[in-house]
Amino acid sequence: MLDAAITQRLRQIVGDRNFKDDRQSLVAHSYDGTPMLQSLPDGVIYPESTEQVSEIMKVLAEHRIPVVSRGSGSNLCGGTVPVQGGIVMVMHRMNRIVEVDMENLTATVQTGIITAEFTAHIESLGLFYPPDPSSMKISTIGGNIAECSGGLRGLKYGTTKDYVIGLEAVLASGEIVRTGGKLMKDVAGYDLTKLLVGSEGTLAIITEATLKLVPPPKSKKTMLAMYKDLYGAARTVSRIIEAKIIPATLEFMDNPTIRVVDDFANLGLPRDMEAILLIEQDGDPEAVERDIERIRAICEAEQADRIDVAENREQAEKLLTARRSAFTALARLRPTTILEDATVPRSRIADMVLRINEIARKYDVSIATFGHAGDGNLHPTATTDARDLEEVHRVEQAFEEIFEAAIELGGTITGEHGVGLVKAPFLEWKVGSAGIGLMKGIKQAFDPNNLLNPGKIFAKETRKRVVINRG
Amino acid sequence: MANANAPAAIQKKPAIEHTNPMAKTLLAKLDYDQLTNCMRCGFCLPACPTFRETGLEPESPRGRIALMKAVADGLMDPDQAFQDQMNHCLGCRACEPACPADVKYGQLIEQARDAIEDHAEHSAPIRGVRKLMFKGVFPHRNRLKWLGRSLALYQKSGLRAIARGAGIMKLFPKHLREMEQILPDASGKGVVERLGAVYPAKGEKIARVALFRGCIMDVMFADTNVNTVKLLSEAGFEVVIPETQVCCGALHAHSGEMDQARDLARVNVKAFRDAGIEYIVSNAGGCGALLVEYDHLLHGDPEYRELGEWFAPRVVDVSKLLVEKGRIPDFAEPAAAAASEPVTITYQDSCHLRNVMKSSTAPRELMNQVSGAHFCEMKDSDRCCGSAGIYNVTQPEMAGQILEHKMEHANATNARYLLTSNPGCLLQMKHGIEKHGAKDRMEAMHIVDYLYERIGEKDGR
Repeated sequence: MLDAAITQRLRQIVGDRNFKDDRQSLVAHSYDGTPMLQSLPDGVIYPESTEQVSEIMKVLAEHRIPVVSRGSGSNLCGGTVPVQGGIVMVMHRMNRIVEVDMENLTATVQTGIITAEFTAHIESLGLFYPPDPSSMKISTIGGNIAECSGGLRGLKYGTTKDYVIGLEAVLASGEIVRTGGKLMKDVAGYDLTKLLVGSEGTLAIITEATLKLVPPPKSKKTMLAMYKDLYGAARTVSRIIEAKIIPATLEFMDNPTIRVVDDFANLGLPRDMEAILLIEQDGDPEAVERDIERIRAICEAEQADRIDVAENREQAEKLLTARRSAFTALARLRPTTILEDATVPRSRIADMVLRINEIARKYDVSIATFGHAGDGNLHPTATTDARDLEEVHRVEQAFEEIFEAAIELGGTITGEHGVGLVKAPFLEWKVGSAGIGLMKGIKQAFDPNNLLNPGKIFAKETRKRVVINRG
Repeated sequence: MANANAPAAIQKKPAIEHTNPMAKTLLAKLDYDQLTNCMRCGFCLPACPTFRETGLEPESPRGRIALMKAVADGLMDPDQAFQDQMNHCLGCRACEPACPADVKYGQLIEQARDAIEDHAEHSAPIRGVRKLMFKGVFPHRNRLKWLGRSLALYQKSGLRAIARGAGIMKLFPKHLREMEQILPDASGKGVVERLGAVYPAKGEKIARVALFRGCIMDVMFADTNVNTVKLLSEAGFEVVIPETQVCCGALHAHSGEMDQARDLARVNVKAFRDAGIEYIVSNAGGCGALLVEYDHLLHGDPEYRELGEWFAPRVVDVSKLLVEKGRIPDFAEPAAAAASEPVTITYQDSCHLRNVMKSSTAPRELMNQVSGAHFCEMKDSDRCCGSAGIYNVTQPEMAGQILEHKMEHANATNARYLLTSNPGCLLQMKHGIEKHGAKDRMEAMHIVDYLYERIGEKDGR
């Protein structure tokens, strides 16, 4: 419970309607998109301007009250669960597009804007903002920046970090900083912009962002290739890149995913396939045609069992259905769906998928894998039931071993979801103790009193590494 | 796969001893599996009208499910704010198609309201009105007819003019006064009284179907029922109207009167069982959506379960039946010939027709077939209009806000006709046109009335 004098000051800043501490508001901000996590905050606040955020932060700093800034709370790493109570700051009211600069091809937005609403506006102006996390219909640009969200277009177009060129943020003290600008080149000191992207709300509260826009591709073509041999699919991925073709989309689904998707969407997919690749290329029409033909030849050389190239948008939509249904189909199998994002160098995808399947068998749990093959970002997805504690424990053990395997193959514990609460115990596996020390130093410099999203990224203790038994 | 032996350990409901009696009922009535199925991804948020209006998480499906679960889990008491929140939901179910995990939100919200209603302490007048309408009127055909005749008398005898003139209507809240003005002329003569219980197909018979005539529908919109039967006949269907059928129970179910809804369902399944029909045709999305869920509604009743399972899959909306099985007559817009340019028409989805009966393309296909008419899709036509059963009566503020936005989009189409597929939506659209719209340029109509009136050559019956 917050002291009445403090809540009174917060109400004065944002107005009575925009501070809430009734029971239903607290319950409704005690979770995010991550399964099995819940912790009540002490209050919820909805600022409408950077100045208000700054004023709020000054009050919170004075009284050492933690704050979790968030958009829609759709993240998958427990990043916005208020584990130490305090205030949840919801950024939805700060949803203005401040400016679209057609001369510099930049957009400046308040960070509470919904990603899909932003991209729809940008596209209506004949421009293109490529990052496309699957949650973009509800996620906010601020949330995407905090987690450095990726998406299907990561391989060719990069992720959120590649499009954020300037930020306005409120520090733990309440001071306002501006980093970067409408600049394609800027080496004035440390790159604070990039440091804040992916900082998961632990370094500052990001209130405004300047984003780089690009011209949209003129045309797009979609194809599907199916393989009886997992390695054939994996080699296809490597050989496409080797041939110096960078497809706009290069997505992967393994056999357990294919079966589930086919059950769900009745697409008549061949159920004996070990892998399906969904490939899209965009750009100038002639270049797209040429690339697709070359990719088709590579798929054939790697013994693809079936190749479908869409002749029109309608057919393309049909080919896309399988991949788009993957999450939905898996989510309906069992009550609880745990979607992770272990990532490996793209040359190691087949090894990683086989390891995941092996680990799932070892712990007797259901894990299906799909994901962004082109950038090595896989989504091993466990379907379970949160109420079955014994099975959930086995799932957790399996994921520990999957993280371990990813690192062993030269990969990482998270490619696009962030560390948050869920992967904090494993961060040291990836970055080492010196890396953790350095990161803690940075956190200390920004937020000496540990008020900004406390309990995230850094675990109380690092999980002991399991010794993998390859029996 | 590998998990065949796992679920044995799962406890279906938490073993919590609630001290609050309503919390106890909620735990008993809520389907805890469905509460667990919500994975809180948030994909439902942009689909939810109350979340879009307020931007507040408790006003979203994810938020409401979290609140239900928090009560079931003993994390909070079902206080007045909780109860208000459950009643603030429109029940439009736009969240269901958006949900990756297929959470049955509509069932959860009805279970929650049912539990709340079990403990409700309504004020005496509200209690009286609820009892009168839910138990005393809707289920009883004769009383409805009487009400219809009285209303017709009130409207036609000049009593209405007297009431309005004397300022009697001012005694009612503003939103009710506004609704009174747009009520269509009631009739004591329903569809059976006008056409008989069986109406033959025109030309070769495709199938024998039954009309679900509805309760309010047959009093306030008896013309639409008559036109539905005639339109079906034109398209090749023989139509029977089983006379023992009663109100569908949707308004009861949405208001937490589940036992009464089930009683009505039992009467209806029996009424249609022996009619020798292939389809049960609904022309009201709100009724149809409950009718297609009779199997779920009667699931726990060993005697009626099978009948419910027979009934539910036969229910079909009139537009869908016409498009999929019927011989669609030629429709022509007479005004177009005179004006030498097409007449613009637009459409407001009935939420329950779209989200529960899953019929959104059929009405549009029919509208696209009207020669001389140009169908213009309205922005956010798939979003609730704020009518939502009796929501516009119980929650006038939110309903008004939603309606205002809806009419901005409707006006932007410049349509001459705003069509819809449900009586509640139709009244709300008429209300919207009165209040925010182009009264002189736009008219709201039921799609069946619009289409039937635009059949070129029809049988004169």
